[in-house]
Amino acid sequence: MDAQPHITPIRTYTTVFAILIALTLLTVSTALSDMGVWHTPIAMGIAVTKAILVFLFFMHLLHSPKLIWLVAGGTLVWLSIMFALTLADYWSRGIVGKYQ
Amino acid sequence: MTTTERVPLAHHFETPEQQHAAALLGMWMFLITEVLLFGGVFLGYVIYRVNMHEEFVQASEHLGQSVFGLTHVPFLGGLNTIVLLGSSFTMALAVRAAQSGNAAGLVRNLGLTMILGTTFLGVKAYEYTHDWHLGLIPGIKFDHTAWVGSSVNSRHVELFFVFYFVLTGLHAIHMVIGMGILAVLWMRSRRGRFSAAYYTPIEIAGLYWHFVDVVWIFLFPLLYLIRH
Repeated sequence: MDAQPHITPIRTYTTVFAILIALTLLTVSTALSDMGVWHTPIAMGIAVTKAILVFLFFMHLLHSPKLIWLVAGGTLVWLSIMFALTLADYWSRGIVGKYQ
Repeated sequence: MTTTERVPLAHHFETPEQQHAAALLGMWMFLITEVLLFGGVFLGYVIYRVNMHEEFVQASEHLGQSVFGLTHVPFLGGLNTIVLLGSSFTMALAVRAAQSGNAAGLVRNLGLTMILGTTFLGVKAYEYTHDWHLGLIPGIKFDHTAWVGSSVNSRHVELFFVFYFVLTGLHAIHMVIGMGILAVLWMRSRRGRFSAAYYTPIEIAGLYWHFVDVVWIFLFPLLYLIRH
């Protein structure tokens, strides 16, 4: 790591916090409106955006060494394997929609 | 650095900087295991939500309140989202205060984070009490008669609440643990144990606190915002 840590300006934290609050209000208002098939993709898109903001700024990923980026990226890889293989199994065996 | 001698350096590290970097890496590695813990329950939730969509929509509406003449508004869930984002903000300011050697700012922001964390848990406790009175506790106090005559299978509604209580309960346990960590750090900060040269525990606790916030960022739309 750097001998001197990167100190983020307070203004950056305030801006990120304001965006996070705005996105929360946005996700509630879109959830209460009729978005059709886009309902879930919009809600998840907003959640992913908020999570990325927290990771990059609040958790200092932006100014972290490459090793930390590798660990954070590795998390996504393992999570994707778990989701992709499990859902592929359920879909390919026709289990989805069985209880409707 | 005149304060370097105050940094507790374990014998297997060459420098305080190396020790700090190793501690951060270790915390990120721990957070990976946490992602997979919550991820497993999320995956189960996704599979059942696709299968029992109609019941999950109706169950989710029960987490809302009537506000300004509108029904099923996720008011308490939304309020808690904002409270938790606020606590992440003050936690980030606490880490920043520690980095800049601002002892008073560190104590103040850790205190604010604990107040917001307590507020979150208070609202959660109120919600759980409300769920109890509505008979929405799966297996213990679930009112199947309320769903007689409707088109939905009340057993599937009950399953939604299994996921609701496991996910929010697991999250609340993480919050309680985080509050304990913050209380210890708050007392140590008041005694002046941290400086710009040594604040690793503050930064590690910050990573944990922000992670718990990220979990809620996904829990909120998944549990409270299913409407269509």
